[in-house]
Amino acid sequence: MSISSLHSLKGVFQRLGLILAATFVPGIAAAEYALNFQRPVTEIAGDLLELHNLITLIVTVIMIIVFCVMFYSILMHRKSRGHQAATFHDNSTLEVIWTVVPFLILVAMAIPSTATLLKMDDTSGSEMTVKITGYQWKWKYDYLDQDVSFFSSLSTPQDQINNKADKGENYLLEVDNPIVLPVGKKIRFLVTANDVIHAWWVPQLGVKKDAIPGYVNEIWTKIDEPGTYRGQCAELCGKDHGFMPIVVQAVSEDEFNKWASVQKDKMVAAQAGAGKTWTKSDLVARGEKVYGQSCAACHGPSGAGVPGVFPAMTGSKIATGPVADHLNIVMNGKAGTAMTAYKGQLNDVDLAAVITFERNGLGNNTGDVVQPSQVKALR
Amino acid sequence: MSAAKGSYYLPEPSPWPVITSVGVFVLALGFILFMNSISAGSWLMIGGAAIIVILSAKWFGQVIGESEAGTFNDQVDMSFRMGMGWFIFSEVMFFAAFFGALFYVRQLAVPWLAENELLWPGYEGGWPTAGPKGAEVIAADSQPGPNQFSPMGAWGIPALNTLILLTSGFTVTMAHWGLKKDNRGQLVVWLFLTIALGITFLAFQAYEYSHAYTQMGLTLGTGVYGATFFMLTGFHGFHVTMGTIMLIVIWLRSIKGHFTPKHHFGFEGVAWYWHFVDVVWLGLFVFVYWLV
Amino acid sequence: MSAHDSHPTGLSRWLFTTNHKDIGTLYLWFSFTMFLVGGAMAMIIRAELWQPGLQLVEPHFFNQMTTVHALVMVFGAVMPAFTGLANWQLPLMIGAPDMALPRLNNWSFWLLPFAATLLVLSLFMPGGGPAAGWTLYPPLTVQGGMGMDFTILAVHILGMSSILGSINIIATILNMRAPGMTLMKMPLFVWTWLITAFLLLASIPVLAGAVTMLLTDRHFGTHFFDAAGGGDPVMFQHIFWFFGHPEVYILVLPAFGVFSQIIPTFARKPLFGYTSMVFATATIAFLSFIVWAHHMYTVGMPMAGELFFMYSTMLIAVPTGVKIFNWMATMWRGSMTFETPMLYAIAGVFLFAVGGVTGLMLSITPADFQYHDTYFVVAHFHYTIFAGSVLALMGAAYYWIPKWTGHMYNETLGKTHFWLTMIGFNLTFFPQHFLGLAGMPRRIPDYALQFTEFNQWSSVGAFILGAAQLLWLYILIKTVKGGEKATDKVWEGAEGLEWTVPSPAPYHTFSTPPQVR
Ligand code: HEA
Ligand code: HEA
Ligand code: HEC
Ligand code: CUA
Ligand SMILES: [Cu+2]
Repeated sequence: MSISSLHSLKGVFQRLGLILAATFVPGIAAAEYALNFQRPVTEIAGDLLELHNLITLIVTVIMIIVFCVMFYSILMHRKSRGHQAATFHDNSTLEVIWTVVPFLILVAMAIPSTATLLKMDDTSGSEMTVKITGYQWKWKYDYLDQDVSFFSSLSTPQDQINNKADKGENYLLEVDNPIVLPVGKKIRFLVTANDVIHAWWVPQLGVKKDAIPGYVNEIWTKIDEPGTYRGQCAELCGKDHGFMPIVVQAVSEDEFNKWASVQKDKMVAAQAGAGKTWTKSDLVARGEKVYGQSCAACHGPSGAGVPGVFPAMTGSKIATGPVADHLNIVMNGKAGTAMTAYKGQLNDVDLAAVITFERNGLGNNTGDVVQPSQVKALR
Repeated sequence: MSAAKGSYYLPEPSPWPVITSVGVFVLALGFILFMNSISAGSWLMIGGAAIIVILSAKWFGQVIGESEAGTFNDQVDMSFRMGMGWFIFSEVMFFAAFFGALFYVRQLAVPWLAENELLWPGYEGGWPTAGPKGAEVIAADSQPGPNQFSPMGAWGIPALNTLILLTSGFTVTMAHWGLKKDNRGQLVVWLFLTIALGITFLAFQAYEYSHAYTQMGLTLGTGVYGATFFMLTGFHGFHVTMGTIMLIVIWLRSIKGHFTPKHHFGFEGVAWYWHFVDVVWLGLFVFVYWLV
Repeated sequence: MSAHDSHPTGLSRWLFTTNHKDIGTLYLWFSFTMFLVGGAMAMIIRAELWQPGLQLVEPHFFNQMTTVHALVMVFGAVMPAFTGLANWQLPLMIGAPDMALPRLNNWSFWLLPFAATLLVLSLFMPGGGPAAGWTLYPPLTVQGGMGMDFTILAVHILGMSSILGSINIIATILNMRAPGMTLMKMPLFVWTWLITAFLLLASIPVLAGAVTMLLTDRHFGTHFFDAAGGGDPVMFQHIFWFFGHPEVYILVLPAFGVFSQIIPTFARKPLFGYTSMVFATATIAFLSFIVWAHHMYTVGMPMAGELFFMYSTMLIAVPTGVKIFNWMATMWRGSMTFETPMLYAIAGVFLFAVGGVTGLMLSITPADFQYHDTYFVVAHFHYTIFAGSVLALMGAAYYWIPKWTGHMYNETLGKTHFWLTMIGFNLTFFPQHFLGLAGMPRRIPDYALQFTEFNQWSSVGAFILGAAQLLWLYILIKTVKGGEKATDKVWEGAEGLEWTVPSPAPYHTFSTPPQVR
């Protein structure tokens, strides 16, 4: 059977499905999306919704039949109505039927499923590539064709999470730097992770793929309409797994190109300070920001850490001991623990700043200043 | 088939199992502390192991006593047989997990890493390998420099060990025939030979390990090759050790005059176990040592 | 021979016992305790999820609750509960005086409390207990603190217990049947347990291997799951699920056995399709070993794998459907009454089927890309596990407790327990389907605002469900202490050897084998 005839069979089933839906369960097929998938904005997501509706319908009908038969005998064949028990306990015809019919239903479900799956798998003909890397607990996007890269992390204020402030409309589903993508282009994603397994999931795009450290998974999408689409990390990745959302901003191609060049300028600007010598207060001020973005998730906003899991920075032997050790653990991390190497994530200035901040803030007071050049020398 | 006619055998209440459980608990707790560098750990481990050893001796001692007193009928004998047989089956599945890991990394994971230019540029894969960041593999039998390792060849000690284990399978069968013919001399002598072969095997393996660590740069930490090599051969070696201890026990019992030509489940259980260890070794020899 | 009815009393009776009924009782109370412990953790989960924002617990602790809830429920509550039933019932059902290897039986049980102690102790270690989900995926589990080691060792000991228990069950069933009790005359509960025991023997050692590799990766420098050393984190998932999928049938096949005992009794009609039931069970068991990667559709398997695992998984619907239809046909034109056990059996069959068909939806690879790791999955497996296994256990307890204690339970209370459980259960888990479809990931302590309403329903449901189980505890204690005397046969439509001995069943039964026609 060719794929195209599979498709037409699928069509027949769907029409059949719709008729059945209208008769039996108007609630399901016609449901608003609050009870169902979010509104699809790619062809694949649309296909998935259709497939989902189809199989939901089939299993609902099966369950209704099962329920009706059971309920009929519960009502009619009860002792209190004086029903006498029959004695039969075998019937080959019946048993063959209820083995074969479910099998055929399964075949009918497998056909459109296979077609959709093959379609999702085909990354050929993509027009741009974005590498997505999961970190505890943020995403990094590398636009391989545009030379742009940045981190994206939760921007919901801590106060909202701790119920000290009213929660905003996009509570937990908002980030500092959304991933910006052009509409109408086939985009290939290379998904990987830096520390533990994460999964990149945006329901409206119909894309979910695990990010496995050391391996690369390929997926693709082609967004039909501009808009903002939100998703979340979908693989347990530690303490803040619930706090690493994804925000996709789909824009026109022009806007995308503009955005990309602005990003490139920004990256150049960020590198700029690397050569010069910084004052302590500038470093501390900048370090405080970096700390809040990169380190506070584990070591705590005030440097208290989480006892037994993440060491406190306040009074830490390393953060108050020799500078070399401090540089070493921050730049190279510590294998086998959640402390990852930051030399690949932060630039020289940020590294120097955060270390200076840890040594002079968070209750520490060593007076040491670490310059970007020192960091650079260690790379 | 179903029950032997006549009476069933039911043991009295017994303190051994629950005390053994305490031993297991103490051993596990000690092991955990030990791994986390807490010094009480090793003492607890010794304590737990001691409880288990003493209790096993008591428990098995009681069963042996009952057996020699003729307490067990055919039905009990059959229950023991099934118990031992299915226990060995579960052991086979334990090894299957590690063999599965070996096949998976060799056939799938390493090739995937090798073709992954984005993350591991320049890594070529192949087998043996310690992975893209691990030590580099050099030709077998050459002297490794720092961050290099030399894989274990098949035709030295491992081939000899294969021969030893196969021979021991034969000797234990000779002992069994001796027992069946009620030729106690044959039983005791061939059992002794089997034990000697088992110990020789272990000695060779110990030598091989120390050679690997000191001369070949090959350790448990040498990437997936080192991990699969030492875990598979290590668990096998552990089973040979257990098997040898069991052989020693039945050897001593044979000397004492235990077992009859008809009734000797204790002997057969150990023999089955020994054959199982033997078969696993053949798998190891082929897939771990030979086909690299 | 030792047909004495005397036995030690007090603590040493329970510590040293080799009697299958004593050991069965120990298993059952142990598992009930674990059910309360695991349930209490579920209550913490549901309380935190009552509304958005962090109220009750820290995210790290929340993850520990999710993980330990699952481990306690699966390994501490449901599996030992079925082993407890096996201990009590198998010898009674096949006409044997005891289990084949009574001392080993005692050991299988007494390993459990120690393992559970390790598991619960883990929560009090620096850094807390395991927080990486019950599936223990590395590299996250390589990061954790000492609590992880406690968990791994606990899993090892729990596994030892299960392996020894299964060996015993196989030897008992194959070797201890009364004369005339041929295999195809065995009650279905015996059959399902026989097959379950094989599943256990083949899968638990694989789990042991997986967690052993985890342990050596954590502490002894191996690189099984580390790409830098040539390993692969996904390999753990393959090995884990090679165990994990058979495991879910380990949880549910004995439940199928229970349904197959209860339904004919109260329909007063022989079980429909006995032979096909046996073969369907065996088919499910076989298939369960070749479907594991349906938990891993999103890890990036080659297409051939995705397709193979989709098709093989879908196939399981056929033998499972056969079982459902057989139960329906058993009820059809019966003469049904609806005592508490029957209520549980009917509800169990129906709600399990609901969970089963959502499982079928999950098995569709492309659709699973949207369902995976959402509350849709959580809804699916609570419908299968709770409605399949736990409702069967509740039914079994009401069904056999008159035989165990000699007392009838209070029917009104039993029915109240049933209806409260029904309301609580469905209110807890039905809305979770919609949460999952709308995009709520599982294993999160806090969620976006649009998920609030359904989560509140779910939490309310969970509290009702929890309260209902305290009522169950009360009913059980009350029935043990006293109540209307039960007759030997107990239920009008009951068939089988266990109903030929007095209620309560004497300490030793069938010291001389009964004749089975
Ligand atoms: C008792 C436990 C139990 C049982 C019996 C099942 C039964 C099934 N499960 Fe489930 N499952 C779990 C426990 C269980 N599961 C758990 C715990 C998880 C999550 C683990 C984790 O990640 O933490 C899980 C997850 C899980 C997944 C992974 C989801 C994901 O993470 O993305 C999948 C995917 O295929 C799946 C499928 C199935 C299928 C096809 C069945 C089938 O056996 C169901 C068969 C039954 C029926 C189909 C209904 C009756 C049949 C009929 C009425 C006949 C006619 C029907 C048709 C033709 C449709 N299960
Ligand atoms: C046998 C298996 C089993 C059983 C019976 C249950 C029973 C319940 N489960 Fe769970 N559950 C799992 C197996 C099981 N579960 C698994 C495998 C997971 C996945 C974990 C993971 O993601 O890793 C999970 C995850 C899971 C989640 C998702 C967590 C998350 O993703 O973060 C939720 C949330 O609602 C939940 C809820 C419940 C509830 C409300 C019950 C109720 O049915 C419980 C009802 C029972 C009681 C409430 C007992 C009564 C006791 C009291 C009221 C307290 C009294 C206290 C004392 C006496 C000390 N379970
Ligand atoms: C994902 C969690 C996580 C993040 C994010 C994190 N760390 Fe760490 N950090 C750890 C852990 C875990 C350790 C303990 C490692 C060990 O076991 O020695 C640690 C240890 C340290 C230490 C040594 C402390 C001591 O006393 O041993 C320093 C200094 C440090 N981190 C700095 C930082 C800086 C700077 C950042 C941000 C740029 C950061 N960390 C981000 C988890 C994290
Ligand atoms: Cu990242 Cu969950
Ligand atoms: Cu499964």
